[in-house]
Amino acid sequence: MKVSLSWIKEYVPVDLAPDEIAAKLTMAGLEVDAVENLYDYLNGVVVAQVLDVKKHPKADKLTCCTVDTGAGEPVQIVCGAPNVRQGMLSACALPGAVLPGELKIKKSKLRGEVSEGMLCSAAELLLDTDASGILDIAGEHVPGTPLEKALGLADTVFEIDLTPNRPDCLSALGVAREMGAFTRPAEKVAKPDVSFPDQRISAESIHAHARVEIKDPDLCPRYSAGLLFDVTIGPSPFWLRQRLESVGLTPINNVVDVTNFVMMETGQPLHAFDYDNLAQGRIVVQKAGNTQAFTTLDSKVHTLEPEMLMICDGNRPVALAGVMGGENSEISQTTTRVLIESACFNPVSIRRTAKRTGIATDASHRFERGVDPEGTVYAMKRAMTLIADICDAAIAGDIIDAHPLPAAPVRIDLDPAALNVRLGTDFSKEEIARILASVEFDVHPAGDGSLAVTVPSFRVDVTRPEDLSEEVARLWGYNRIKTTYPAVPAKGRPLDQVVLARSAIRSILTGLSFYEAVNYNFIFKDFCDHLLLTESDPRRDVVKILNPLSDQMSVLRTSLLPGLLENMRKNTAQQTDTMHLFEIGKIFFSTGKDTLPVEKERVAGFVTGNRTHKTWYSKKQSLDFFDLKGAVEDLLDTLGIADARFTPAASHICPYFVPGHAAHVSKDKTSLGVLGKIADPVLKHFGLKQAVYMFELDMEALMGQMPEKINALPLPRFPSISQDITLIVDRQVLVGDVLGQMKAIAEKQALVEDVFLFDLFEGSPLAEEKKSLSFRIVYRSDAKTLTEKNIRKLHAGISSRLVESFDADLPE
Amino acid sequence: MQNPINEIENQALQEIQQAKTAEDLEVVSIRYLGRKGLLTAFLRSISSLPEDQRPAAGKNANLLKIKLEKAIARERSNMAADSANQPTGIDVTLPGRRRKHGSAHPVTQVLDEICGIFMRLGFDIVEGPEVETDYYNFEALNIPKYHPARDMQDTFYVSDNIVLRTHTSPSQPRTMEKTDPPVRIISAGKVFRCDSDLTHTPMFHQIEGLMVDENISFGDLKGVLTTFVHQFFDQQTALRFRPSYFPFTEPSAEVDIQCVMCRGEGCRVCSKTGWLEVLGSGMVHPAVFENVGYDTARYTGFAFGVGIERMAMLKYGIDDIRKYFENDMRFLGQF
Repeated sequence: MKVSLSWIKEYVPVDLAPDEIAAKLTMAGLEVDAVENLYDYLNGVVVAQVLDVKKHPKADKLTCCTVDTGAGEPVQIVCGAPNVRQGMLSACALPGAVLPGELKIKKSKLRGEVSEGMLCSAAELLLDTDASGILDIAGEHVPGTPLEKALGLADTVFEIDLTPNRPDCLSALGVAREMGAFTRPAEKVAKPDVSFPDQRISAESIHAHARVEIKDPDLCPRYSAGLLFDVTIGPSPFWLRQRLESVGLTPINNVVDVTNFVMMETGQPLHAFDYDNLAQGRIVVQKAGNTQAFTTLDSKVHTLEPEMLMICDGNRPVALAGVMGGENSEISQTTTRVLIESACFNPVSIRRTAKRTGIATDASHRFERGVDPEGTVYAMKRAMTLIADICDAAIAGDIIDAHPLPAAPVRIDLDPAALNVRLGTDFSKEEIARILASVEFDVHPAGDGSLAVTVPSFRVDVTRPEDLSEEVARLWGYNRIKTTYPAVPAKGRPLDQVVLARSAIRSILTGLSFYEAVNYNFIFKDFCDHLLLTESDPRRDVVKILNPLSDQMSVLRTSLLPGLLENMRKNTAQQTDTMHLFEIGKIFFSTGKDTLPVEKERVAGFVTGNRTHKTWYSKKQSLDFFDLKGAVEDLLDTLGIADARFTPAASHICPYFVPGHAAHVSKDKTSLGVLGKIADPVLKHFGLKQAVYMFELDMEALMGQMPEKINALPLPRFPSISQDITLIVDRQVLVGDVLGQMKAIAEKQALVEDVFLFDLFEGSPLAEEKKSLSFRIVYRSDAKTLTEKNIRKLHAGISSRLVESFDADLPE
Repeated sequence: MQNPINEIENQALQEIQQAKTAEDLEVVSIRYLGRKGLLTAFLRSISSLPEDQRPAAGKNANLLKIKLEKAIARERSNMAADSANQPTGIDVTLPGRRRKHGSAHPVTQVLDEICGIFMRLGFDIVEGPEVETDYYNFEALNIPKYHPARDMQDTFYVSDNIVLRTHTSPSQPRTMEKTDPPVRIISAGKVFRCDSDLTHTPMFHQIEGLMVDENISFGDLKGVLTTFVHQFFDQQTALRFRPSYFPFTEPSAEVDIQCVMCRGEGCRVCSKTGWLEVLGSGMVHPAVFENVGYDTARYTGFAFGVGIERMAMLKYGIDDIRKYFENDMRFLGQF
């Protein structure tokens, strides 16, 4: 919303610098985004004196003038104006100036004669419509004085970023009213007189020509109409065009310009119909019903919906109510009779129509937010007096004001004590009344110490006492309200387990060299195919976004892996080849169109590149599956999840891993997640070349397995004794199975404290299909120091059971 | 007769200090403590002293003997240690064997820091779904369908009634529905807006705060947010509360802080204004209380929302919001 200072000054005296005004408006809730000098385009245009005028040697209509532009030696300027004369003061655009229409002034030659600038007409400088000759400046001015200064041209345009609750300020009068609150708080703004001048009033009554019928009063509580005769359509006078241009509107013709001007002045959108195009002189406000299409005055055809509110004449729709008029009834050069519409529409209905048709106009913008229900007649009369004057028209002395649903004034019972509690202030009743009155609230003391406040009709946003508290606070100044500290009970709840778990996982993984990534929840819709998921995979139940920004962000992820793979691709493209990256975030499974999806939190990560670079103590070594597994084991172990089981993962669960290089991790039959080496086709889909190992774990499952508390155990009192077992088994035998059985034995045998693998050997002299596994078993008693003799039998027993179970040989 | 012994002490200690090798030390030892040493000679001469002076002189001379023996022994072991290090030591300037530590994402770090500040003020943490119903995201917060305020937040829709939450504010009604006052919560997480340019990403993070009790005032809101800004930036950072509009608060306030880059002088970051908009806040609108069944006559409260990326940008001098989600190791490695 733009408004100029000179415009505001028509309604309220303001004696403040533009920056001060901007600061005050901003701190009153009308955020000023920009303060612009309206005449900035006159930079480089100065007062110049014509010292000598000679005929151009090669052109009859041109003259070569010697001009003093105030900068040292006089210069020659070629001029075509008939009114140029020796001694006159005029306006000169110097080389470098840029005039309206992107006209760049340069030193040039005109038919062989040098011209160092341009003498300008008022029209060329947008100062008037006069284009007949160059500007003739009266009075005494020193050549070189900026034109803006010499002519006293000063106006400032404020661009205000209005919040949607303040439609009353979508108008010059509204902004003036706010400004008046701090320049003249006790007075109201001076609204222009709109009584019809006698000499303009026609003998004809509008009722003899027009009829207004509102079929849907809830969508159109008020419709005022006025009629003008003998209208002469033409360009608007300069002042009117300048006003419109100052706020960014384009002048069209005098009638339309007046309706736009009055909208910008009062906030009430108006529409002008060519009365002679209204069948039977009728206005019928009703829903579109079965009507299918409508052409708006910008010649676009719109598909109508039955609920859309239309303005119709005796036969057909003539306007999309409150949004845009129709081509069939717009003002044209031949229009002589004009019907002015000034109505009040239901904001929701207007917004729906505007959204559905994709039209956003200054009118719909205002109706959506709510116009003053008592403002229709004033605005209409203002427009009619202006049109009568500008277009030399006659006015039907009476008007139509169909008002089926009058809005009752809003009265609020304001308890000053409650207001002071809310704000933390101690305003007196009188002070509150004074502040509210400064923006035209009508305030009277009520019997019980409260205030009876009548809200002005244009303040459609104020309906409750709390709204008044904001009025008082903003006009008093938020920054003048004392800063206090709440007195609240020192009582709190324990932290959610998930908050603790997340924080623990983050600190463990960062300790294991992982960096944390954060990816978008939305992802490209083909990610399931890229991960080679089967058709029945539940991860294909994605949530689709109806209005995605792009195909790359069109569905919600059901796995964290694709985002991380994408991160890897971007990093390898930047020559970062070794990475440990993890992410904690949610994935989403659709449960149907109109229900919330299931949200699951996941922890995923990957390792790629080198375990160690070439250093003085090591060779370059690539990371592999066991680096990743080690990290996962460390993570689980530090979270207190001991003895998680890793088993070969079925490829339909994680088809994105290389078969045989994928593990499923679980604890006590609860699945925790998967880890493995990403398969080549997946690498290819993501544009990757380097081997990458990834894990994805379920947060809820992890939390379910994390111990609630740690139980400290007594320290052993006696030393342990270790015995080794080496088994030669088939290569297919899983170490995990052997260890599993050993642990099962350990659980039954109090003396076995720990078992672990300490050597793995394949190759000669072993047979091709064999491998040798060496385990160490740690024995300890809590009653005495064990000797080799004490455990000989036990150890032999374990050994023979393993030999039997795994068809193993003992080394010779 | 005290003088000779003091002289012996000073001289002997100086020579011990100056000894460079074990051999030098041996020479010093023999010169003073040897059979013909100076101290030995002095001890022998004690018998020639008058009877009353003998005990004191003897005691002092013996103490000095012990002192010198200890000094020589200490110096000798120092020399031994040095000589052990010198020829057979290690090159301590070789790079160590490192296991590089990773780090949390800058957004997480700032989120944790902000949560920490509010937790110290007694706020509890709550969480809510990232995909929300239209009701909790809008209606319960006094933003009915076709309300112009919906234009303030470009929304991603899953269906007519399901949206990606546009703010963390749904945690307000969700919490209040389950809890009676007093309420003091913060809720952090991802939020989504259909918007992408230099200063906007379609996903970002917010922290929502809500405090409800009897007699909670706008002044209290100012106090809590001032404390927050002072803890997060520093005590010198000035705040400015500016009237604004959010449908779920009344009065509503934007909170500007003095530009942390130029200290209010005016720079590129603050568009020459000296101020930066960092928080939205206000007193909870009575309609929101009515939606959750709170007594509007008895309770008041305030709510606020902070954008995390913006806070992190200001804290770390990050120039482009998109960097947060590119996850470039060269970026992540800086935090």
